[in-house]
Amino acid sequence: MTARRRMAWAGLVLALAAPPVLADGPARIEVELKDHVFTPSTIEVPAGQRVEILVRNRDGTAEEFDSTALKVEKVIAGGGEGVVRLHPLDPGEYPFIGEYHSDTAKGVVVAK
Amino acid sequence: MLASLIIVFREVLEAGLIVGIVLAATRGVVRRGVWVGLGIAGGVIGACLVAAFAGALADLFDGSGQELFNAAVLGVAVLMLTWHNVWMASHGREMAAEMRAVGQEVQAGRRTLAALALVVGVAVLREGSEVVLFLYGVIAAGGTTAAGVAAGVGLGIAAGALVSGLLYFGLLAIPVRHFFRATTGLITLLAAGLASQAVAFLEQGGYADAWSTPLWNSNAALPEDGILGRVLHTLVGYTDQPTGMQLTAYLAVVAVILLLMRAVSGGQPRRAAAG
Repeated sequence: MTARRRMAWAGLVLALAAPPVLADGPARIEVELKDHVFTPSTIEVPAGQRVEILVRNRDGTAEEFDSTALKVEKVIAGGGEGVVRLHPLDPGEYPFIGEYHSDTAKGVVVAK
Repeated sequence: MLASLIIVFREVLEAGLIVGIVLAATRGVVRRGVWVGLGIAGGVIGACLVAAFAGALADLFDGSGQELFNAAVLGVAVLMLTWHNVWMASHGREMAAEMRAVGQEVQAGRRTLAALALVVGVAVLREGSEVVLFLYGVIAAGGTTAAGVAAGVGLGIAAGALVSGLLYFGLLAIPVRHFFRATTGLITLLAAGLASQAVAFLEQGGYADAWSTPLWNSNAALPEDGILGRVLHTLVGYTDQPTGMQLTAYLAVVAVILLLMRAVSGGQPRRAAAG
């Protein structure tokens, strides 16, 4: 990789890394994952608005918050937390799972 | 065992399909096995590193480190695939002519082997890190027997490799005169699909808010998390709820690749298509 190309990459990464500007940040809802179960497992959100879900993983191992309905796949490290950003949703139900423990780690986002 | 079988199969399949396309596109190129092998080995090492530092990675950039990382490595893959196609467009004619001469060394494709090896590495890294995290969790939890997990992993790898192998041999069955066009087309759509996935990660990280509402929902007709949906997702970037930005990125990559290929091959003397 040439020096110039490397510079271009560095510039691109910096440009992407600039924090997004959020006017009146979106509503944030907290969800806890413990023993591979989400609490609450039913998350009500206002339809048509940006919402963030803060997932706190109280288990020792990683989990992947996964939902094709919500267009989200995000790994949350054991003992860590992660923010799941939802695009404005139409009213309806959007199931999600913890992919690594999908028999117990499941829930639904209800947009009203 | 079933859980490890399903997850390992899914991830091996997604990486394996990309390996299959790369192997087909480098058909006849000397030492491609070494390069693809290096790509896979590098990807496995990278996957373990990403898994080991998953927490630290996620905390970067206001909690969007993982999304930016995914978008960046996908972006690298898109550039490499674009370069491969453009390079082949400028040199592919000699290569197609040589390929038919049995036993003759095909030099032309070597240049882009490193680029394609990187694409393989990226694919293995992304899918592999999920497998590593999952298996680490299973092992840490105890419960299931080691033999059961190992059986699941082994079967998952075998099944994923089998389907990828079917794709590869299916591609090899394409007659030589259409072969170059077919692999070029597949790589173009693969690149466009990866670009659209990169956009999805930027949207998820909160870095691309424009046109971020899904344009349609074809989940009922062809669910993205079904087996066919997953295969198409990997191969041509199918998604059941594409956003406007994803579709824009997809079409833009296809257009850029086709325009660049036309531009570089324009100056070449045109030869009748080899039959």
